[in-house]
Formats: sequence, C-alpha cells, structure tokens
Amino acid sequence: MEQAPRTVMTADEMTWTLTRMAHEILERNHGSAGVILLGILTRGAPLAARLAEIAAEQGHTLPVGNLDITMYRDDLRAHPTRPVGRTVLPGPVDDAVVVLVDDVLYSGRTVQAALHALADLGRPRAIQLAALVDRGLRELPIQADVVGRQVPTARDERVRVAVREIDGEDLVTIERTSL
Amino acid sequence: MTAIVLSGVQLPDGSTTDLNLADGHIVEEAPSGAETVDCSGLIALPGLVDPHTHLREPGREDTETVLSGSRAAARGGFTAVCAMANTQPVTDTAEKAEHVHGLGLRAGLVDVQVIGAITKGLKGAELAELGLMNRSRAKVTMFSDDGMCVQDASLMRKAFEWVKPFGGVLAQHSQDSTLAGPGACCHEGELSGRLGLGGWPPVAESIIIARDAMLAEATGSRLHVCHITTAEGVDVVRWAKARGIHVTAEVTPHHLLLGTEELVDYDTVYKVNPPLRTSEHREALRAALADGTIDVVGTDHAPHAAQDKDHAFADAKPGMIGLEQALASVIETMVKPGLLDWATVADRMSHAPAKLARLSGQGRPLAVGEPANVVLVDPTRTAVVDKDASASLSRNNPYHGRLLPDPIEATYLRGRETYRRG
Amino acid sequence: MKHLLSIADLSVEEIHSILNLAEEMHDVQSRPVKKLPALRGRTVVNLFFEDSTRTRSSFELAAKWLSADAINVSAKGSSVSKGESMRDTLLTLDAMGVDAIVMRHAGSGAVRQAAGWVRASMINAGDGMHEHPTQALLDAHAIRRHLARNGLGTIDGKRVSITGDLIHSRVVRSNVLLLKKLGASVVLVAPPTLLPPGVETWGVDVSHELDPVLPDVDVAMMLRVQRERMLGGYFPSEREYIDAYGLTAGRLAKLKEGACIAHPGPMNRGLEISSAAADSAGSIVLDQVSSGVAVRMSVLYHLLAGEEQ
Repeated sequence: MEQAPRTVMTADEMTWTLTRMAHEILERNHGSAGVILLGILTRGAPLAARLAEIAAEQGHTLPVGNLDITMYRDDLRAHPTRPVGRTVLPGPVDDAVVVLVDDVLYSGRTVQAALHALADLGRPRAIQLAALVDRGLRELPIQADVVGRQVPTARDERVRVAVREIDGEDLVTIERTSL
Repeated sequence: MTAIVLSGVQLPDGSTTDLNLADGHIVEEAPSGAETVDCSGLIALPGLVDPHTHLREPGREDTETVLSGSRAAARGGFTAVCAMANTQPVTDTAEKAEHVHGLGLRAGLVDVQVIGAITKGLKGAELAELGLMNRSRAKVTMFSDDGMCVQDASLMRKAFEWVKPFGGVLAQHSQDSTLAGPGACCHEGELSGRLGLGGWPPVAESIIIARDAMLAEATGSRLHVCHITTAEGVDVVRWAKARGIHVTAEVTPHHLLLGTEELVDYDTVYKVNPPLRTSEHREALRAALADGTIDVVGTDHAPHAAQDKDHAFADAKPGMIGLEQALASVIETMVKPGLLDWATVADRMSHAPAKLARLSGQGRPLAVGEPANVVLVDPTRTAVVDKDASASLSRNNPYHGRLLPDPIEATYLRGRETYRRG
Repeated sequence: MKHLLSIADLSVEEIHSILNLAEEMHDVQSRPVKKLPALRGRTVVNLFFEDSTRTRSSFELAAKWLSADAINVSAKGSSVSKGESMRDTLLTLDAMGVDAIVMRHAGSGAVRQAAGWVRASMINAGDGMHEHPTQALLDAHAIRRHLARNGLGTIDGKRVSITGDLIHSRVVRSNVLLLKKLGASVVLVAPPTLLPPGVETWGVDVSHELDPVLPDVDVAMMLRVQRERMLGGYFPSEREYIDAYGLTAGRLAKLKEGACIAHPGPMNRGLEISSAAADSAGSIVLDQVSSGVAVRMSVLYHLLAGEEQ
C-alpha cells in the first residue's frame, strides 16, 4: 500500500533553495573563474542550467554541461538495457573545478559513477558535488559540498523530484512504498 | 517354411480375398496349420521396390549398412532396393558389385540389386567396367554416377552404346554443373535470392534430360531420369516419350511432399540435391506421376551423420533419409487427393521400378503362383514421425515431427515376414 | 535483443536506439580516454571463418572500448576439412562461457544456425551472400551524419541507389531492409546477370541503367565488383561495366546538390567508382569507415549491457 505523497519542497521553495545553492557555489570558489557545472542526467541537467542562470543574474558566468553516467553504473546487469543519454561538455574539464549537480543524493553510487565518468573525460583540478536533496542512507563515503535540503528518510520511502523542464512542475515529495 | 493366410485382405484392384502364402509363393489353398492373420481393413500391395537407395556400405558404415538399410527398407514396405554406386570405394568393378550383392544376401531382408557406376570413381572421365558388372553374380543392369552427373556428352553417348547390347539402363542425376555448380543448394528463385543461397535453376536439370533423351534416341538405348524435380524436366520427358524414346523418370517422396520454403531457417536436414522446389513444380510432379509421365517413385534414401550436416547450409552434405516414410508421402500427396488409386500406387512403387531394374520375382501381381512379396497397408492410420524411431543408423529425417500416414503393418519377402508393426 | 542476425529482426525503434547511441559513441572516439566501463567482465569472441581485418578489428576495438575482454579466433579454412563440424566449433567456444560471439562465415545463414546452438549472443559479422547487418547500420549512421551536417533532415523520404554486384552481396540485403525501415526508397541498379533472383519482391525499384537514376537520388551507394566475376560471364569487360555502371567523373555531375556517395568498401577504384567520385566533397566513404567502431559499440551495448535474456 502506498501512502499519499508528502510535499517536502514547493516550487517557490525550490527556487529559493537553488538561489542559495548558486551563492554557495560562487562563495566556495571565490567567484566563477575556472568553474563549470555538470548536471548528471536526467534531472541534474535542468538543475545545473538553473544554477547557471541564477549565477548569471549575479554577473557570473558558469558554463554548463551534462554528464551521462549510464555506462558507469554498477547495476547495469540488474536491469533491462538502459537507454544512454548524451554527455555534453561546455569545454575541457582539465584543470577546471567541476561541480557535479544532481537532484537527490542517496547511496552515493550515482556520484561514484559520475566520478569515474569524469576521470575518463580529463583531470579536473577539483570536483565538487551539489545536490538539491540529501536523503541520507549513504552506502559509500561520499558527501555533498552544497546541499539544498537535508531530508531524513527511510529505505522504504521514495523521494520524487519533479522539475518543470521535464515534469511540468517544480516539486519534491516523499512517499512510502510497500516493499 | 511357415505358411500364412492373409485373411480378408483388400487387393489393389479393390477386391477382397484371402492371400495364402506358402513356400515363398502365393498359393491356391493354404496348407493345414497355416497361421491366419486377420487383414480386415488392410490393403495388400506387391512388395515395394526402390530404384534409388544409398546404403553407404562399404565406406560409411557409421551412417548406414546394407543390414540397417535393409531393415529400414522392410519397415517401409520394400522387398527390393537398388543400391547406388557412390559408396567408398565406388561400385565400379565386378568385384565391388559382388561384394555389395553378397552383403545384401547376408542381410536377407530385401533383395539388394546393385547399381554400378557409369564412370570409374564417378569421375566422369572413363567408363567403369559396365559389362563385367553385368555379367557378375550381381547381374548389374542399371548404371548411375548419382550424386554426380555425367557432364561429357560424348562419354554419355559411349556409355549408352556400351550397355545397349545387354539391355542396360543409364540412370542419370541430371544436373548441368555449369548452370548448377557445387555452390547451388537452393531452388533458384525468390527464396534463394532472399536467403543468399546459391541458386539451382530448373534449366540445369531439363537441359541434361533433353540432351540425354536425344542421346538415348540416337543410340537406341535406355535412359532413366533420377529424381526429377522440375515442371520443365517433366515436359521434356513427356516430349521424349511421345517421340518413342526409351526413357523412364523417377520422383522422390520428398520432392512430392516438401517445398523450398522449408529452407527458410537454414535447417540442413532439408538440404538435398536436387533441391526442394516451389509448389508449381510440386504440382507438376504430382500430375506427372499420376498420368504416368513419371514412371516410378524412388526414395533417394541418403543417410548422413550429424557431423556431416552440422555445418553452414552450403557446406552440409545434401540428402535425406526416406525409406520408412516413402509410402506415407505418396499416400499424403497422391492417394488422399485422388491422384492415384492403389493399383497405380502398386505400379509406380513396385511393378514399374522392378521392370526398370529388370528384377525378376519383384513387382509381380498378387496372384496365385507369384512370389509372395507382399506389404500390408493400413490406409487410415496416422502418426507423428519420430526420427529416433527409425531402423536407419542416421537421423536426417525431414519428416520428423510431422503428422503423416503410418501405413505399414507388415512386409513379407517370399512369404517370410521381414517386418511387423511392433 | 538477444542476437543480431538480420536487419529483418530489428524494429524501427531498436534501429533508432542503436543509431542514436552510435552518435554518442562517435564522441568517445575523440576523447583522450577511449574507454567506457559498460561491458566490464563480459567476453566477446570474434570468430572469423573468413578473413576480414577491417570488420574484425572494428569489432575488437568496439568491445575493448566498452571494457569487454575480446579475443580473436581464426577458424579460417573451413572446419569441414578439419573434420570438426561448425556446431562443435561453436559449442566449444560457448562452453567456455563467453557472452557474445561475433561471427563471419562464408555460408549464408551460418550465424542464424549458430544462434540455435549456443547460449551466447550471436552477432552476424557477415554470412555468405546473405546479410551484414552492422555494415548496413554503419552505412545508415554515416548517411544520417551527412544529412545532419548539411541540414538535409533524416533518411525518411530520401532516395538511395545501390549499384554493383548485388547478387553476391550481403551488404545489399541488409541495406535494403534497413533503408526501407527508415523510410527511404531504394533503387537497385545492376545488369540482369548481377541481380539476385526474386528482387522484384523486395519492395524496391530496379533499373538496368545508372544514368537515369542518378539525378533523383540523395545517396548513391556503390558496391564492389570483383574483377574475377568476368570469368563467370557476369560482365564482358571492365570497360563495358564502367561504361554502364561505373560512377565516373562524368556521372558525378548528374548527382543533385547535396547528394552523397557511399561505398562500404573495399573499393575498386577505377571500376565501380572513380577516384574523382570517391574523393569528392560528397563522398562519405571515410565517414563510413570511422562509423564502424561507434556503431559496433552501440550494438554490443544493446546486446550485452542489460540483464541476461
């Protein structure tokens, strides 16, 4: 049985959260020089683009790209063949500070895959991680540098991030799933 | 010798009678103590004669021996088979012919009539010892390079001339090798184009039949056309017969029943030479067998080991077994649709092939005084063919898994039971 | 997808999926680290009963760039002569636990037969005169890139001529099936001696003349004509073949603006294709070569990355 989803972030809250995250990224890096944003497909991509927009309003240019990590997943064989997305780099990652952007930080496996993917693309000076939601329950020693919201969850709960570019609305909900 | 009464059996002409078998013959009255077999609902045919069998001995005893092939023949209702010459070594001398003949006598289940090669080693270059084979104990009357076609017209003419004095017949595997070479393995047409298999065009057959018919005419000798497969070939035979040329033609049970469409999955069990054809050709073959243009059914029973079939289609050996399902195929394709009655079945599968191979004591009518070569047929019974339920040593059975007539009840060779349904 | 045996077995969606991923894989070729971990731990065997350095090395690179272990088994010289059946050769490899067998064989249908015997995924790298599915996929990939580069849209609705020795070609069957599925119309051009029987049932146009065909096509694909075919009487002389069917410098001018010239190779320059055509601005011959690895990576990914089927 599924319970009704519980809202943890409204559209307005998402906008404020992203604004704060953009500021944190600029602050950590003393501006935007040498920094690029890479959104992890699928929902990390529009979030990265919005972070860049917010930065641009502050007069900072953050080049944005997308990173597809499908081929780096450690659970490829556990599912039917997954479609692969397109990795687009705004420029060379060598010696850049790459900020990976994802919607939800959970086990850390996606980020691990992204780190492997990134290593094959070049040698960044530093890699940072920005996540809209950190729901805990890590399975790897990975932490985010910039977090939108900490949301304690249980394993049988599902965090859904909807973004208007893909889902038509901005919303974060939690629901319990019967396992 | 035991005596048997086949009680209440139907003869090919439709009449019902008791057939009394004693001392190897059909007799007027059964001796006392004769075993009576209730044959109500069964049809008696004269023992079937196969003008075209590959027994593989000597050389490939792993795929068939004269004994195992004889068993398969008896199960198929045959009392005589003609053993093709393409063994290893090739039957091209009197000694080799007598060897196979002796193996047939020892097996004792069917009369094994030896076919001699036309050319030494089937190489198509020099004549084999045709006359010596004829005058040997094997009494060879039919000669064939089957598997190969004698390409050289001049050599073929000399062979016709050589066998004429002793009434020999040349059985030709009609395949012009320039039109259908070693790569030809599929009827040339839509399917060969789609599957990318080497095309075997009908004209490669008809052109050789026409050539040989004219050579037979020019020499006054006898031609037998093995395994005819095409409408064009049938037309040439019809023309030659109308002209008075001594020509007979044979069709296989598989070319009557199966079509080129079987090749669509590249299953090598369906690889046979000449290849399975399209339905238009099949219809022409059936009509020609019905009207007598095609004289005989010959099985071209060709056993092969699995390892010789488990190759790419083009590389696999051609041939399929067929002794045990020969009558089944003829019933399915000819009797059921009303193209042949039992009397004409008896002709095409017994009288005519016996006459072709000059076999005395085979292909005789079921009448008092005649040899007791009889096959009992249940015309209604059917079964799903199981390739493993075969007396042949090989399993390249194209009918496996098909629901077909299952007619053979028992076979008697000169009054002795050589097969009974178990 | 378990096997890739024939283009006929692929749905339009599967074809698009393979071609789309090939685009991504194309990018990998220009990266400093040309390696993706998707097929780590998988084993791909290249089983070539017939030599083909180009196709084999292309599959080998594709497997290696996806981190699969790739080994090459040359089974040249038909196993018929060695006394081992093709089935035994396949079962031996399969028993080693390999995940995919990329197979080239001179016998049409051989790879489909093999798929019936083994547990591994079978990939047809060319079977006799039957099919060469990855070649057709990479041809389509190269054509797609050409169209995209020049703002000419997609393959759907385009007209493609295929000219050459079609009766002995495995490429033509795969290409006809694939191009039709992608919405192109196909015209086959060859003399009657070089056309496969039954071609009138393929749903394509057939022409015995090249000249009237060229002005209408978006892609002129030329297939190899072997000089040895003269021995079989398939054509009288090179001169006569070129006169009717060669893509000569003179014929180039008949092609419309934006049309491209394709050739799956290896080319007989001066016979079916002139150097002027092969090296012209509209030629995508080199794109076809460079598409090989990307398309084969995509095929391997589609067959092997997901859970076992």
